[in-house]
Amino acid sequence: MGSTTGRVSERVLEGQTALVTGGSQGLGRALGGALAAAGARLVLVARHFEPLATAVAEIRAAGGEAHAIVADVADKDAAAVIAGQAAALVGPIDLLVNNASTLGPVPLRLLLDTDCEDLERALAVNLVGAFRLTKALAGPMVLRGAGTIVNVTSDAATEAYERWGAYGASKAALEQLGRVWAAELAGTGVRLFTVDPGEMDTRMHADAIPDANRAELSDPARVAERIVALVAGGDTASGARVAIRVGPSGANAAEAATR
Amino acid sequence: MTPARTYPEQRDDVRLLVIDPAAPDGTGLRETRTPALPDLLAPGDLLVVNDAATLPASLRGADENGRPVEVRLIAARGGWRSEGGASLSPLRSSPMRFAAVLFGAGDWHTRTEDRPPPPELADGARLHFGALRATVGRHATLSPRLVDLRFDGDGDALDADALWSALYKEGRPVQYAHLAHDLPLWAVQTVYATRPWAFEMPSAGRPLSWEILLALRRRGVRWASLTHAAGLSATGDPAIDAALPLPEAYEIPAATARAVAETRARGGRVVAVGTTVVRALEGAAQQHGGVLRAGRGETDLRITPAFRPRVVDGILSGAHAAHESHFQLLAAFAGSDLLAAAASHAERAGFLTHELGDSMLVLPGALALPHRTATSAP
Repeated sequence: MGSTTGRVSERVLEGQTALVTGGSQGLGRALGGALAAAGARLVLVARHFEPLATAVAEIRAAGGEAHAIVADVADKDAAAVIAGQAAALVGPIDLLVNNASTLGPVPLRLLLDTDCEDLERALAVNLVGAFRLTKALAGPMVLRGAGTIVNVTSDAATEAYERWGAYGASKAALEQLGRVWAAELAGTGVRLFTVDPGEMDTRMHADAIPDANRAELSDPARVAERIVALVAGGDTASGARVAIRVGPSGANAAEAATR
Repeated sequence: MTPARTYPEQRDDVRLLVIDPAAPDGTGLRETRTPALPDLLAPGDLLVVNDAATLPASLRGADENGRPVEVRLIAARGGWRSEGGASLSPLRSSPMRFAAVLFGAGDWHTRTEDRPPPPELADGARLHFGALRATVGRHATLSPRLVDLRFDGDGDALDADALWSALYKEGRPVQYAHLAHDLPLWAVQTVYATRPWAFEMPSAGRPLSWEILLALRRRGVRWASLTHAAGLSATGDPAIDAALPLPEAYEIPAATARAVAETRARGGRVVAVGTTVVRALEGAAQQHGGVLRAGRGETDLRITPAFRPRVVDGILSGAHAAHESHFQLLAAFAGSDLLAAAASHAERAGFLTHELGDSMLVLPGALALPHRTATSAP
């Protein structure tokens, strides 16, 4: 739905609430715009106030509802704080997008040169942070018998790219956690999708691969529309790993869902 | 009985005293542990939980003269709690106001009864808690320590985010002098904590894990939820404590009212997790001639031994000593002889009380079911 025109024009998530981590830039920011355009009432989470406030203001200026929570998902105390504030601002959360990620220090390094602390930080943000927030929000979803969780991952989770070891390991673990989450949540009404958004034209990508040809990278706004369609649709099985490959124009869109 | 001083090793594995008011004399008590809960309820029963998340309701700061003050929020005033649904959030039009109790210098390490009194504050006095600022207003007649607290910036759409951020940054959950350590916010949440309405943890639900909840469902027990703004359990101010609980807000979803009606129509039992659920269900029913209706409201219902529940058949509760008001309200569900036996058993067996302690289940017929070693699906 909505994908034939390349835009989610219908308000397919009207009245639903959504929380997106890493919401101030890149895919998270694009997702904020797409979710708000689809009618969702939004909470965006990011570590730094200024870019987050800009993202929120942009959505509000376009007539959407968005709220800001400044937090670091790697902080053990943050999950209960984020969950509490979010429910105070928009009510119980229907959709959680675990999008916040860190690459670790750039330029990316060989595993032989990777500090243990940098691997720990990647795991703390990309894996444990997502786990904590999922724990805090999936319980209420199970109680209500409905909800969707999207974990944003990467092909670095499945391919052995040199210098992507710490990031890739954290995303591989996130994917495995997602499979088990989906198995345990079967029958509860709560779905979980693992989304690999492909190579996007974002600051994170530029940090990792500064000399990439931007013309070949996907537009995060188009990827965001696909994620909205995935969440709004009922035809993808919970637990699926959805690879989104829209390319720069969306013309050569190809999407593969594998279990 | 002694209060638990720290968490149990496993959230969902604490002692459980089962009290069955329908059992023949002398057979109405059995001690087990909380993982046995799925076997104590029957297919067709309904477990109703309070999904209120616990707020960081304790704020420490000072007045304009630098005198230290702690406030503990006890109830919401205004519309902040009616979030969701409508296109215009009530947050944008309603002030962020709370009823609050004032404490003087010191912190939770000192029992509230022993804390120095707060400074005398005139109407309009200003308090600050880090970046969060508030005006004290309209002292209640009950006690000068019970005040109306209005946070700066309320009513402004763009400030709602900042206000909630500041509250969660400056606030801490209410702490307890009988604990060996302080409690972070995540430690005072149930596994299903959803809406931040509770000023202290609705702790009867603390031993419920998803392992237990999903086992109950597999057994044919339904769950339902409501939200009840549990207030403070004690303040150390005799005048306020005598009046507790103050009127508390609740919201009962239509699905829950329906589940209760269906359960009762089919002869199932409605089991409340905690007194807050009893207050919400019975309070709402009382306001509608004994019939439970969905919706929002506020109840001042006090459950006394003379109270006859019309909606709730049984209650899962924290363990309490016989002299505590929480224990006395169990008398609405069981006779005094049986409760006296229960209290002395709990005392003898060394049950732990309070937020992190052991549990009690009062439920007619709980011990009538054949004892099962394996869970059987209907």
